[in-house]
Amino acid sequence: MLDSTILFSSVLNGLTTGAVYALIALGLTLIYGVLHIINFAHGAALMVALYAVYLLKDRLGIDPYAALPLVVAGMFALGYGLQWLVINRAGNGKDENILLVTLGLAIVLENLALVWFKSDTRTIDTSYALSTVAIGPAMIALPKVIAFCGALAVAAILFWVIRSTDLGRAIRAVAHEKQGARLMGIDVEKVYALSFGIGMACLGAAACFLLPAYYVNPQVGSGFVLIAFTIVVLGGMGSFGGALVGGLLIGVVESVGGLFLGDSLGQMGIFAIFIAVLLFRPRGLFGARG
Amino acid sequence: MSSRRTFLCQSAAAAAMLSSPWIVRAQSAAPVKVGVLHPVTGALAYSGQQCRLGALLAIDDVNQAGGIKSLGGAPLAAILGDAQSRPEAGSAEVEKMNQEGVSAIVGAYASAICLATTQTAAKYGLPHVVDVGVADQIVERGLTNTFRFGPGYRICSERAITDLAALNNAAGKPAKTVMIVHEDSLFGTGTAALLSKSLPQHGFEVVDVLKHPNPTRDFNNIVLRMKSANPDIVIPANYYNEYALLLRAMRQQKVQPKAIYSVLGGAASSYKFVKEFPDIANGIIDCNHWFNPKDARVAPLKARVEGKGAYFSYEVFMTYTSVLLLADALERAKSADRAAIIEALASSTFNEHFMPYGPTHFVNGQNTGAQPLMTQVLDNDIKVIFPADYRQTDAVFPLMT
Repeated sequence: MLDSTILFSSVLNGLTTGAVYALIALGLTLIYGVLHIINFAHGAALMVALYAVYLLKDRLGIDPYAALPLVVAGMFALGYGLQWLVINRAGNGKDENILLVTLGLAIVLENLALVWFKSDTRTIDTSYALSTVAIGPAMIALPKVIAFCGALAVAAILFWVIRSTDLGRAIRAVAHEKQGARLMGIDVEKVYALSFGIGMACLGAAACFLLPAYYVNPQVGSGFVLIAFTIVVLGGMGSFGGALVGGLLIGVVESVGGLFLGDSLGQMGIFAIFIAVLLFRPRGLFGARG
Repeated sequence: MSSRRTFLCQSAAAAAMLSSPWIVRAQSAAPVKVGVLHPVTGALAYSGQQCRLGALLAIDDVNQAGGIKSLGGAPLAAILGDAQSRPEAGSAEVEKMNQEGVSAIVGAYASAICLATTQTAAKYGLPHVVDVGVADQIVERGLTNTFRFGPGYRICSERAITDLAALNNAAGKPAKTVMIVHEDSLFGTGTAALLSKSLPQHGFEVVDVLKHPNPTRDFNNIVLRMKSANPDIVIPANYYNEYALLLRAMRQQKVQPKAIYSVLGGAASSYKFVKEFPDIANGIIDCNHWFNPKDARVAPLKARVEGKGAYFSYEVFMTYTSVLLLADALERAKSADRAAIIEALASSTFNEHFMPYGPTHFVNGQNTGAQPLMTQVLDNDIKVIFPADYRQTDAVFPLMT
């Protein structure tokens, strides 16, 4: 019963989902690559961004795509402030403290959302929510096509910033050799805060692309963050190219796996690949040696 | 809609309702304490809060109408409890309510919680009116204190299948094939197993049964398989979020079966769903708890609930009528004594309600007249299409494509 049309649709659909996964993973991998901490608050921060998009649409009538600059800037400020004022201070430079601080932040954010929004699921209604684009024989939802293009564009901008700007060079320098960078006059604490801010800004963009086809509730982040962790390890910790390719790959594996094995079992494919990569290529697809 | 504001409004309203009986009737008979037990926090918080709203409205109405007249106008006093969406927390609340000396308990929405709370209440001979809890074990364990006003799971699914067959036969049997999409926990799996066994006996071919986890982020795979199998009827057995995503994906992929039909559907007879997704809700059919649409008491109550910024969901009216049933039993018992209330409930012929059940008649704690109704979303409203006694409009079946 599975013909090539369905397979083609499923692959395209997986790519569109995977692009958003990649965007979430890019934020996580940037924070890991520079600060060498795993940000457990990543899922909760995505939830915060989704509520921001929801409130902007619901209260002020701002379309999620028009809200993009606002939400990205807001999430950047939130990330910068969190790193500068909370994580940096509470962590006292110890990695295990920082882990606990981000975990604590996640719990605080999720419970604040429970108090303010209750566990009720919220959606937004847009005029284009049900529109589709025909790509060959496949019908892909318009919000997912926009999410795919948008996520790739944001990733391209991020690549350019990291590769070609002074900020990017500073970030790379701190990521490689913190002490050396400090000796060269780079303000390491500021680069940390900027990196955390940029990582969170990626979530802001992901939220704008996600909500028109999805929903938000206080627990929404946990499902995404597990996949994002998998992508980061799959692509190689701290590797941008790896996060992008890994995200797209996971999206396709999830989609095609679901098609053949059913949606309950299909998610297994993601973790099968994950284990295989750890066994045969422990540094990840694009990870640096050593 | 501000949920915080709504919450504050509801809390204030609840507080006002709770305090007013004493102000108005401080000099009259001692109040009868009634335990109102629901999962108002945790995963089931939304439904639990809707239930609590229904209970408090009913208590307010009973007190406004002069309380329990056979007890000298004694008002009902709600003792609120939170089952925290966990059976053991529900049991603990029953223990507390027992110590506070409640005469009876109304609750506790979810089947798993009801199983625990009715059992704990039975230890103390404490009457327990089950408001929703559809699992049939609740009334099949021989607990003499337990009374369920609404229909159980078995009657709902049997009626759903016979009514679907009747609907199809009346339309000249346009539908032959069925696809079931269900969530992979107890509710969805149980419904799917039951349906795939009994639908063939009524001449339907079940072409595929697809399950999905909670949450499922993307329904395109399921819809692609649906497109390829092209079933006449799609039966979703899942909760609100996944129901909404599934229907949205079906619309995007232009899959339009002759009917979308649910048994106790997560969103299929929900005013919230109709308001949030008017386009895709149109035409969906559900076999679920529903009120008698011809009863004049429904519209004012619905308006009051909506005036509080809440939806008139099945939780609200199921718990509302369950409290009225208890008030009627208190009236008959002429006593706040637990054993007398149990006796009055067991022999109850309560008829002053707006559910399509007729006068109550309890056999082993189950109201034998309780039944679900079949509804369809038409013109941005939810209309009863089956059975004939309660029909508001003819079913649109098969759906125009």
